[in-house]
Amino acid sequence: MATKILIPTPLRPFTDKKDAVDAEGKTIGELLTDLTTKHSGLKAHLYNDQGKLRSFVNIYINDEDIRYLQKEQTPVKAGDTVSIIPSVAGGAPTAEAATALPELTKDDYKRYSRHLILPEVGVAGQQKLKAAKVLCIGAGGLGSPVALYLAAAGVGTIGIVDFDVVDFSNLQRQILHATPDVGRSKLESAKTKLLAMNPHMNVVTHDTALSSENALELFAPYDIIVDGTDNFPTRYLVNDACVLLGKPNAYGSIFRFEGQASVFATKEGPCYRCLYPEPPPPGLVPSCAEGGVLGVLPGVIGCIQATETIKLIIGAGEPLIGRFLIFDALRMKFRELKLRKDPDCPVCGTHPTVTKLIDYEQFCGIHPTAPGSIDPTPSGVTEITSVELKKRLDRGDVLTIVDVREPHEYQINRIHGSLLIPLGDLNKRYVELDPSDEIIMQCKVGGRSAKAADFLRSKGYKKVLNLTGGILDWIDKVDPNQPKY
Amino acid sequence: MPEVKAQTLVVNAALDGEIRRHGEETYPHECCGALVGTGNHVTATVALPNTTEEGPRRRFMVRPSDYRVAEQKAAELGGDLLGFYHSHPDHPARPSQYDLDHAWPTFAYIIVAVAQGKSEAMTVWYLKEDRSAFDEGELNGN
Repeated sequence: MATKILIPTPLRPFTDKKDAVDAEGKTIGELLTDLTTKHSGLKAHLYNDQGKLRSFVNIYINDEDIRYLQKEQTPVKAGDTVSIIPSVAGGAPTAEAATALPELTKDDYKRYSRHLILPEVGVAGQQKLKAAKVLCIGAGGLGSPVALYLAAAGVGTIGIVDFDVVDFSNLQRQILHATPDVGRSKLESAKTKLLAMNPHMNVVTHDTALSSENALELFAPYDIIVDGTDNFPTRYLVNDACVLLGKPNAYGSIFRFEGQASVFATKEGPCYRCLYPEPPPPGLVPSCAEGGVLGVLPGVIGCIQATETIKLIIGAGEPLIGRFLIFDALRMKFRELKLRKDPDCPVCGTHPTVTKLIDYEQFCGIHPTAPGSIDPTPSGVTEITSVELKKRLDRGDVLTIVDVREPHEYQINRIHGSLLIPLGDLNKRYVELDPSDEIIMQCKVGGRSAKAADFLRSKGYKKVLNLTGGILDWIDKVDPNQPKY
Repeated sequence: MPEVKAQTLVVNAALDGEIRRHGEETYPHECCGALVGTGNHVTATVALPNTTEEGPRRRFMVRPSDYRVAEQKAAELGGDLLGFYHSHPDHPARPSQYDLDHAWPTFAYIIVAVAQGKSEAMTVWYLKEDRSAFDEGELNGN
């Protein structure tokens, strides 16, 4: 089966001046092999010394760039038209000549010998690792394996941003920290472990909460940012800052038994916003603190982030750019979705509307400022605190407390007399609630119940309050004898 | 396409002025555009947007969609695409390694140096067939 290939002007001298030639093959790769066999002069201009298509050679099949299909494996059907379309690039010599890479020491040769004998790494790759500066956002579940493996691999500088202290509930997965570290700052604990692993590296600790005010300055000295955050505002903040600074974001996220990984914000690839232009409504996607997470899961995903970081540094292999990896630990399956750079993306598109960092809490609806976005109770109040609730119960007020958590959470702790309606069942079961009653919605920390309260209000319930801080705040302030999770 | 690879490129004073003006307008960023004509005579220039994502002070990029625009323009004008021009802000009009790495064969590459917003030397270059270097061509103002 012959397929027509359209040849651009500069390559026509190699195809006997023809602007279209026929070639045979079932895939783009086979087609191009046939083309360059018949017209051997094309080869040097289409392929580089490593046998890969040159970056400025674009192959289109019926107006679709094969980069967004299956690249050279893209199948070719009868009637398809394939075009070779140039990008034209160039520029003045850059002022900054390649800065000299640091020399490896005798100790380095011993320590990294298993890297040095890999042709893909070698001495040059190990020098690049030594020169590299990587910033881990968070020293938690994902940050732990990322930082440990990067330190072991010989990344010269690892920065860590965190402001938390080690809690018992972290130890099930955050392998940078051990039982004696409980109560200690995560940064201190992380630094000790990393330097024990590899004393020949720098650990830079940033004891702060990442914010729109400090992100650009914090990221500036680093080459690659590794996003190990567990909430949407920070995720969008990290993404936008990476795009604005032109630094790749080795992304990972985890929830229950499922993890995701990709590389965002490279110059040719999509960013997190190309995938998710808008955050989910607050409370819809529970955090790991609310929904739980398999302890080993961040190990799997963090190791993928560390692998991608190392590949980006040494320039080996095929990075996870434009590909979104989804891992299901229960079924033990990986799936891969193709991602495209969205030309209309508000940050990395051709006409960006986000050109500086914004208020991400507001963007994610955590503190909605637009009046009317919530229909408040007649008094204008939408929230109640644990202490206030206790006072009213003690006073004998009749209140319906609805716990919207899952049954296994309800087994661990609960407010006495509360009614369990998991959030997912609320749209079927809300009719059990009497609109004339005063209803208090409650979950673990207040996110899911806020959403549940909004739902009830949308159904015409007027007297609905959300318990601020959920059951955890209730236990802290009112009922300390109950266990927390 | 020229029948014989012409190492002399004819660019008249009006077109020469257009290229220079484009480079001065976009200074301190690089400008880029296409050269349309027949044989070795440039008869029109097509200014194109610089879509580089690596910083337009030192780079230019004509993406595939704009390349197609240039090709269509050439066809409308009854000519061929002879090559491209770009500016080197505050740098001499000599091709960089980056220019060489990204060059297409047979195209004429005009480089105009723009120093402090004023255009200076203008040169033309052709990629050697083995991609090892550029050969400098001659710009003729007739």
